[in-house]
Amino acid sequence: MHTRLSDKDLAFQQEARHFLAENWDAELASTCSNWKTMKEGMLEWQKRLHKRGWMAPHWPVEHGGTDWTVTQSFVYNSERAAAGAPEAIAFGVTMVASVIIAYGNDEQKEKFLPRILESKDWWCQGYSEPGAGSDLASLKMRADREGDEYVLNGSKIWTTYAQYADWIFCLVRTDSSGRKQEGITFLLIDMKSPGVTVRPINTIDGFHHLNEVFFDNVRVPVQNRIGEEGKGWTYAKSLLVQERLSIAEVTDSKRGLAQLREQARREVNGGLCLLEDPLFAKRLTDIEIDLMALEFTELRALASIAEGKEPGPESSLLKLQGTEIQQAIQELRMDVVAYYSGALQGDLTAAQLGHEYADAAQKHYFRGRASSIYGGSNEVQKNITAKYVLGL
Amino acid sequence: MNFNLSEEQNQIRDSIARFVQENYAFDQRNAVVALEHGFSAKHWQQFAELGWLSIPFAEEHGGFGGGPVDTMVIMQEFGRGLVAEPYLATVLLFGSLLQAGGSEALQGEYIPAIISGELQGAFAYLERQSRYAMTDITTSAKSTDDKWLINGEKTVVLNGGAAQKLIVAARSAGGQSDAAGITLFLIDAASAGVERTTYRMTDGHEAANIRFNDVEAEAVIGKLGEGYALMDAIVDAARLATSANALGVMETLNAQTLDYCKTREQFGVAIGSFQALQHRMVDMFGACENVKSLLYRAVCAAQDNTDDARRSLLALKVMTGRAGRLIGGEAIQLHGGMGMTDELSVGFYVKRLMIINTLFGDADYHQRLFATLVNEPVASNSTSKSKAA
Repeated sequence: MHTRLSDKDLAFQQEARHFLAENWDAELASTCSNWKTMKEGMLEWQKRLHKRGWMAPHWPVEHGGTDWTVTQSFVYNSERAAAGAPEAIAFGVTMVASVIIAYGNDEQKEKFLPRILESKDWWCQGYSEPGAGSDLASLKMRADREGDEYVLNGSKIWTTYAQYADWIFCLVRTDSSGRKQEGITFLLIDMKSPGVTVRPINTIDGFHHLNEVFFDNVRVPVQNRIGEEGKGWTYAKSLLVQERLSIAEVTDSKRGLAQLREQARREVNGGLCLLEDPLFAKRLTDIEIDLMALEFTELRALASIAEGKEPGPESSLLKLQGTEIQQAIQELRMDVVAYYSGALQGDLTAAQLGHEYADAAQKHYFRGRASSIYGGSNEVQKNITAKYVLGL
Repeated sequence: MNFNLSEEQNQIRDSIARFVQENYAFDQRNAVVALEHGFSAKHWQQFAELGWLSIPFAEEHGGFGGGPVDTMVIMQEFGRGLVAEPYLATVLLFGSLLQAGGSEALQGEYIPAIISGELQGAFAYLERQSRYAMTDITTSAKSTDDKWLINGEKTVVLNGGAAQKLIVAARSAGGQSDAAGITLFLIDAASAGVERTTYRMTDGHEAANIRFNDVEAEAVIGKLGEGYALMDAIVDAARLATSANALGVMETLNAQTLDYCKTREQFGVAIGSFQALQHRMVDMFGACENVKSLLYRAVCAAQDNTDDARRSLLALKVMTGRAGRLIGGEAIQLHGGMGMTDELSVGFYVKRLMIINTLFGDADYHQRLFATLVNEPVASNSTSKSKAA
């Protein structure tokens, strides 16, 4: 039992640090953090990652991935988060690509994977529907077979960045006769297809990231179906497991917490630094201790994977605990900026407004409420852990 | 990086698990705790024969040369079975202090006696007024005619009734709360002037309040006036060990509670089918995994003596206390009326968790230390800081 890094891993750590120092600069960070310029910023960042060969580290080498070990992935991810750099937008490179690689045919791999690597296609995810949230398998969007095409009718909701997307991957219903998990098919759909419309959904955080996507007699060639008709649920489920692991965002929370401490250090209440306020210190350290535990829960899961074993039952907690920690950090950040947490910055500079974190604090708080809802709500996560881990 | 046990560590774990299975069923444990001093001398001899008493000691004294991971394995298994023998007091506290600060001659004489099971020891460091502050010491040590005379009272000395030898923290110099001026003394418990009042703790273990009236010390352990650094390091290792002990207790409590909820029927169904109860059991599982993760973190950091060692240890102690309260409370609640009885072992496991929380400082105490460690330095523009300085 030990957590030492090998010399090879330490050398890799230096390499990752060097790459991030050279490529993740303040200008790019600023472009990516403003939601109005986020798309161009992220595309530029992904191009830099691709140039280095690190756009899709988890892909097989033959498709443009790396041969990183689990430890190296962990090292890279820690360095990336410490530098404040984001991961590539997950919908393409992480989500749909995993399904295409695992279940797609050669033609689909050749058509879609290189374009994802080069960030030529922006992908979005069409799973939830107005009537299918936590109970995802009850989805109703119809796909009726007509010759070599499916004809789609229905709608998808909570579609993040649909307004930028070139393609959407959807779970659709091709059969309603059996169990609700059967009869679901996984389709890739060109967003430029006639009959696709996108309606923006305004959210409490003031960003535009969510949408509803409507499909009105949209025709999709059968070649765009992943695997077999009616097996989409199986394919999607493998993705959900991965999604739940990745949204723990342990390394990003570490950085968030470090920033929070620095912000609190600068705040003074009647002569008392906020860090010296015992009630504040209690809340801050509660979060830090939980996060230190979660960091090692994740390491334990990674160590299992590195040995070619399934991650242990503790991995079922990652999404649940990770999002609770993220939300606790966001809450405390609101409290750090005091009454400024209610101020809308608009076009004012931070200097004009009077505080540098005012806008970010409440936006992050409200946006962060989503994390315990998406990817299977935290209550659903508890149901899953009770059933599959505790055997209840 | 890996979290696997070595072949030897697995063997130790299996052999303790076998011992627990054969000797620590509910009724058997009750019988053991009812014995004089709250443990079985026969078991202790068995520990010696199986080599468990030798594990943390250096090979030159007949020890196994084990490290923090070995201790973790032992204490976790002891926790699973709620083993009552005084491994913490005699081996991990008394024995480790002797090894860290005793002269070669003392080590050569007493460590083999611990390993063979002949010698019981205890570490007397608390006083009535001290709460968790280990530097708060009024027991005095005065030097006269090449002898050290000890006067004062030590309280809640674990294994203080059975111990033949004591290591006592006394003040040879300095003010009541100074770290400097604390000296550790080896004292024979049968010496003239030693008065012991023994009592039981809720977990069945025996403790003692011990008065020292002009008691002559046998030897100084470590350097004069520098006893605090010595005891602090040994207590840190004991904090790790008791957290491992708590993890074993929590694992058993969770398993028992889960089992009960799967078999107990109300309203015509197993109560484990109710979502309100399922979510509580997920919280118990999560709390236990948090302790395990921080335990692995702190043990690995202690083994390699990394920068993260102190921070991880403090975090572990906080989590162990909090998770213990959560798991203990929920275990009783989910067992319903049966959880309130002495007819099931649940309550006994919960009592052990409550005791462990208080050992060497509770969760709040450690969280304050943690906050001081991670928040330093506080802002330079804070006036209270400059006032304090």
